[in-house]
Amino acid sequence: MDINRRGFIKLAGLGSAVFVLGTEFSSQAAEKEFYFVQLSDTHWGFNDAKYNPDSTGTLKKAIAAVNNFEIQPDFVVITGDITHTNDDPKERRKWLGEARDIINGLKVKDVKILPGEHDAALDNGEAYKEYFGKTYYTFDHKGVHFIAIDNVSDPTSSIGESQLQWLSDDLGKLKKDSRIVVFTHRPLFDLYPEWDWWTRDGAKAVDLLKPYNNVTVFYGHIHQENHHNTGLIAHHSAKSLIYQLPAPGSLPKRERIPWDPAKPYEGLGFRSVEAKTKNAEYFIKEFQIKKG
Amino acid sequence: MPQKNISILSIVLIAVLMFVFFAGTMYAADQKEIVIKITAKKFEYSPDSIKIKKGIPVILELTSLDTTHGFNCPKLGVRTNIEPGKVNRVRILAQKAGVYAFFCDVFCGSGHEEMTGKIIVED
Repeated sequence: MDINRRGFIKLAGLGSAVFVLGTEFSSQAAEKEFYFVQLSDTHWGFNDAKYNPDSTGTLKKAIAAVNNFEIQPDFVVITGDITHTNDDPKERRKWLGEARDIINGLKVKDVKILPGEHDAALDNGEAYKEYFGKTYYTFDHKGVHFIAIDNVSDPTSSIGESQLQWLSDDLGKLKKDSRIVVFTHRPLFDLYPEWDWWTRDGAKAVDLLKPYNNVTVFYGHIHQENHHNTGLIAHHSAKSLIYQLPAPGSLPKRERIPWDPAKPYEGLGFRSVEAKTKNAEYFIKEFQIKKG
Repeated sequence: MPQKNISILSIVLIAVLMFVFFAGTMYAADQKEIVIKITAKKFEYSPDSIKIKKGIPVILELTSLDTTHGFNCPKLGVRTNIEPGKVNRVRILAQKAGVYAFFCDVFCGSGHEEMTGKIIVED
């Protein structure tokens, strides 16, 4: 564990800030630990220099940065809005294909992908599935049960009864103290419904997760960090890799924040998450995209 | 006499029913609801700003000119789908003056995120 810990600190040194969850540090060698990288809201196809004059380069810079990590993550998760909205189904597929090709440039070949509403809401995820497969699924990794929830393919920003039943069935197989990590695109709680920062039936998913003691949610959608708890469940949103959005409710309207030439890539970045399964702790490290 | 009691009871019952009926009619006449028509199309509402009075109920009649849109005003607690080809009604009753944002919450395309409006509630 010490070797891994040192290695992680070394790669974490490349970033700009550390956010630590939990206070207990275990040194027991038996503890399983690993780390993954979360990218989000890459919006491939977005093209407006007012908000990002490097719209075709930002995702590639993030991938290059991850590829340069001395210790590679166990996997990379991309929590939706891989592409920007395209009203033309043919062009939508073109963008999805281009994004997939760029993502394939990751050294890590285990890449978990979820749709965002920009990818999937116009056709109920039809085109998305052709390129990236299922929109909701589970997997287990080193003692953690991961659940990817699709709250975007339904254009009403709902999870839907059949997926909620699937979630209920899946959770029913777990112990109350299981380590559970949820990936999703929209917040499952009412972060700021006035700006569509919610999931219409998200409370039903939260209710299903509530009986479990170790649940952490990583999501995207709002293009900024946000850390919130609903009971014992921690929810962490990620930065975008295309443009910034204002803090919830801080402006009369949700409007993109223009690019600041004096601070290029400000607010754009990705994160690594070091999982320490013994205590269900997750150490989040934020990385900002840098010029060059 | 039991028969006399039944007759009195019937008269009282009829009087109560008549009072309830006429009182309800009078109330409805006094509180006639205002109707405001709003059309929705990609990616705008028309009008996108409406003014109403605090404490006066208003019916919004929402119609779509193209696809299914949404109308969601969380702070006033109203939402509906706006299906094309039909008039979709919601009732709003604002108890506090202020500006209340509404937005389309059925993803409708590239301009979806800009499809917003506001309800201005005056004293």
